[in-house]
Amino acid sequence: MSVLIDETTRVIVQGFGKQGAFHAEQCIQYGTKIVGGVTPGKGGATQAGLPVFDTVAQAVRELEPTASIVFVPPAGAADAILEAADAGLALVVCITEGIPVRDMVNAWRFLRNSKTRLIGPNCPGIISPGRAKLGIMPGYIHKRGEVGLVSRSGTLTYEAVGQLSALGIGQSTCIGIGGDPIIGTDFVDAIKLFHEDPGTQAIVMIGEIGGSAEEQAAAYIKEHVKKPVVGFVAGQTAPPGRRMGHAGAIISGGSGTAAEKVRAMEKAGIKVAKSPADIGATVRALIY
Amino acid sequence: MKIHEYQAKEILRRYQVPVPRGEAAFTAEEAFQVAQRLGGSVVVKAQIHAGGRGKGGGVKIAPSAEEAREIASRMLGMKLVTHQTGPEGRIVERLLIEETLPIDRELYLGVVLDRALGKNVFMASKAGGVEIEEVARQTPELILKQAMDPGAGLLGFEARRMAFGMGIPAPVVPAAAAAMMALSTAYEQTDASLAEINPFILTKDGKVCALDAKMNFDDNALYRHPEIVELRDLKEEDPLEVEAGKYSLNYIKLDGSVGCMVNGAGLAMATMDIIKFAGGSPANFLDVGGGASAEQVKNAFRILISDPHVKAVLVNVFGGILRVDSLATGIVDAARALDVKVPIVLRLEGTNVEKGRQILAESGLNFTVANGMREAAEKVVKLAQ
Repeated sequence: MSVLIDETTRVIVQGFGKQGAFHAEQCIQYGTKIVGGVTPGKGGATQAGLPVFDTVAQAVRELEPTASIVFVPPAGAADAILEAADAGLALVVCITEGIPVRDMVNAWRFLRNSKTRLIGPNCPGIISPGRAKLGIMPGYIHKRGEVGLVSRSGTLTYEAVGQLSALGIGQSTCIGIGGDPIIGTDFVDAIKLFHEDPGTQAIVMIGEIGGSAEEQAAAYIKEHVKKPVVGFVAGQTAPPGRRMGHAGAIISGGSGTAAEKVRAMEKAGIKVAKSPADIGATVRALIY
Repeated sequence: MKIHEYQAKEILRRYQVPVPRGEAAFTAEEAFQVAQRLGGSVVVKAQIHAGGRGKGGGVKIAPSAEEAREIASRMLGMKLVTHQTGPEGRIVERLLIEETLPIDRELYLGVVLDRALGKNVFMASKAGGVEIEEVARQTPELILKQAMDPGAGLLGFEARRMAFGMGIPAPVVPAAAAAMMALSTAYEQTDASLAEINPFILTKDGKVCALDAKMNFDDNALYRHPEIVELRDLKEEDPLEVEAGKYSLNYIKLDGSVGCMVNGAGLAMATMDIIKFAGGSPANFLDVGGGASAEQVKNAFRILISDPHVKAVLVNVFGGILRVDSLATGIVDAARALDVKVPIVLRLEGTNVEKGRQILAESGLNFTVANGMREAAEKVVKLAQ
């Protein structure tokens, strides 16, 4: 089993340009049912052998997708997310990095009352190994299995997945929730999905410094989750006051430190890997 | 992006937030002239991108224009050390010359994003003039908060409620509330990531005024504000970080000896962590981006090795879709072109790993290939010793 996507999910690509088409083809090769795309002004054309529409509403009428993946450049990305939500898509995965915070604050005002689930922005996307991927992650490092993984970062997620697969531990679904200050799906949302998924037996959460999302997730896990959970927090040695790449990754005013997060996670019964090289081994020790 | 106090006050003035009369000065003579225009008695404030200037000797009262010139000549060019600059301090090159005001009370106003709420939050406190982080730790009940609806900003009754909550006398509340609403408008319309007035003062003659001002801006939204981009003061930033920014490399200088080049912010932080666990100390945070193109790799190398403290370099790239052989070619070319002398440890994952390793091995350059992050960290720390 998996969460959010599988081989039957019908997907459109928003921002179906060169980069969008490259990743769409990778997704198709992996088994994802990509059915078309949307690029305003390019309606009627074909890209990667698939039909392109001017609006999401048209694409929805013609292709009946339930999900979209957004590659639209930063200035138009928040608008693209809202267009997908307005057209009633159940799932929107936004890969775009660098969306102004104000645009996301405004978008979130509408999204929080809509039925659409947003993953990202500024994320690698999601993958249900062996079934489908909606993202830019390398499919081949994944292995079908029963560990649900949720992470704020991209390549660090690949690192963790690589370790798991090398140890023969497969994944149900891997969700990259993104490194921006405002994201559609947070740790708690993702962990809730894994908690309710009968196909997920254990959960890995990979956090990083900044904000308090890891603490909130720890509180949720303590209260509700009986499945074993392994955690890691990146940025244990990061200096305060500096923004480490992700807009969210900053220690400010003594809060958002890795030490605080690790403490909260351990208190909730989460097994925290100290070294990023030990994420896979920690999972194996816990569930086998 | 950060700007100076005098620039933040100019922005706030445009949005009708009351600020003291004053002007920037770049020379002692200019300081004298501004002080004369303001009537003689002024405050001379050093303009650097760091807080705690008063304690460091960067804020002085001058009773006359002549004394303003005197103070300015001493302050310009001096190294100002505050708790936010680190021991190396900052050289003062700009001053703000302002009128003095009869302070009755010092309050705090601020606007910042609350990530958990997904909304901007207005903060107000009667405990102004001190560090707000300290207030938050010791007396959090003194900080009033109001989440704002996107687009609507701070509403009149919300501003009044906080103004009364801070104990502002009724006759001054309308002016205070108007200033608060103006601050929230300035924050929203300029795509600020932080707007802070500390202290926000009540004067003895019943007025309100932003005695200090701090504004930071969302880098991702700067394309909408060319007038704000112009306010950037490159002298306040680390030259290597400025250089890295030109190539969209995310570089932050640290004080260790192991240079790091990593793709992705999370993996870059984890790489710094594992270097520390291996007994070393990272010289920098450097994210070359998820794709790590040959051009990016070359620029990254150049910036890394221009830091004289770097004794060895760790390249940790989880390529994924990226082909390791083309990455390896890029690394070899860059190391040759730049004549890199320090040892380089590489940990590369992705497609065509074997071919990539072969390219590195046959290059004849000082490369060490590692399997996995731990081995890479241990090897590079040893080489940096």
